[in-house]
Amino acid sequence: MVEWIEACGADDVDEEDVIRFDHAGKVFAIYRSPDDRYYATDGLCTHEQISLADGLVMDDIIECPKHNGRFNYKTGEAKGAPVCVNLRTYAVKLENGAVFIEV
Amino acid sequence: MAQSVTRDYALLGKSSEAALANGLAAAEWYHSDVERKAMKALMQRSDGPAIRDTVIWLGAMLVLAVAGVLLWGSWWAVPVFIAYGVLYGSASDSRWHECGHGTAFKTRWMNDAVYQIACFMIMRNPVTWRWSHARHHTDTVIVGRDPEIAVMRPPDLARVVLNFFGILDAGHAVRDMLRNAAGNISKEEASFIPEMERHKVIRVARIWLAIYAATIALSLWMGSILPLMLVGLPRLYGAWHHVLTGLLQHGGLADNVTDHRLNSRSVLMNPVSRFIYWNMNYHVEHHMFPMVPYHALPQLHEMIKHDLPAPNRSIWAGYREMVPAFLRQLRNEDYYLRRELPVTAQPYKEEFHNGGDAVAAE
Repeated sequence: MVEWIEACGADDVDEEDVIRFDHAGKVFAIYRSPDDRYYATDGLCTHEQISLADGLVMDDIIECPKHNGRFNYKTGEAKGAPVCVNLRTYAVKLENGAVFIEV
Repeated sequence: MAQSVTRDYALLGKSSEAALANGLAAAEWYHSDVERKAMKALMQRSDGPAIRDTVIWLGAMLVLAVAGVLLWGSWWAVPVFIAYGVLYGSASDSRWHECGHGTAFKTRWMNDAVYQIACFMIMRNPVTWRWSHARHHTDTVIVGRDPEIAVMRPPDLARVVLNFFGILDAGHAVRDMLRNAAGNISKEEASFIPEMERHKVIRVARIWLAIYAATIALSLWMGSILPLMLVGLPRLYGAWHHVLTGLLQHGGLADNVTDHRLNSRSVLMNPVSRFIYWNMNYHVEHHMFPMVPYHALPQLHEMIKHDLPAPNRSIWAGYREMVPAFLRQLRNEDYYLRRELPVTAQPYKEEFHNGGDAVAAE
């Protein structure tokens, strides 16, 4: 069943950055883009399950901190070796200064 | 309990199976605490330093190549080719490495272009070695898992010495290139290269084979070794510096641990070696935070040195501790150099380290 979950406050994420959100045994990554929009993906790299929240956000790219695998966090697209499997993305909405993701 | 089983470095061997079974493979590794904002600042990419260094690197190679051709036949060509060889056969090692991580340049195509050029010079298939290096970072010096362990135990010192002149490594590289060009991916390669990437291994091998064939044909046509002195042979006569520095990365230190402070070595080096090596002398720092570009590693070192073993003060100091350790490992392969942490450091993650009674340096 689809439900909206409050992940964090809007100000908890810096611009062009990412934080980790754990919910129901799953890890998510919540992004704030340079143009101040919010996005959400699975929080672990599809290559070796490293937390992407320790990685680097550059424009619309998240780079994994372990092997530098790159994804487009807006679409989840894997951008080349060593990542080959796309990230799952989640719908996001802002309400009353909080970030909600649809899981 | 003693390390009773002889190390099996094969990627599909018994040590690999053991590492998978006991949690050493793909384990969680120790990281020094660095505040997120500071780490973000360190990780930021820029093109400036790498463009500057690449212009110097390739520009110097071009000048030296022209000088080498003009001076060919005289003794003046010797120092010219020594310098050219180091830039070709050693600086390419660090460029391959840093551009493989994608951290040298901010602009992606620049990383990729320098990566391809450096891979050709160092004779490492850009696809195969991208995957092998990913494994090296996942399972650093985990026996049977890490495909890039330079000195296995007990050390094969003859192999180490020969590789100062690239002899065995280049021989293996040629053999692999020929095999890949024939469309063959080995079982070991297949263990870390996904199927969807394997056709790229073969394509690159065929392009390289064509380049080497053309160079050899030109040499035969000219009746001179000169073309090969510029393309191919520098991987042999210029390899010594990357082996000199590369052996220090992990040589003589612990294996099968999950803390880079135990199995990696940072060494303070002279500016010329640091240019050739692109700051990989800060090797503990690099392994702990591979997202940090080479030009920011000195800053990272300053930030976390309170949590790291003291770096060796020079290449010479590194060899003074490493070579005796190699010699002792000839008699006892369980011997290793145990790193001492400063009192300000977080403790070692001991659970694997105390599992055996391997003999550490005092």
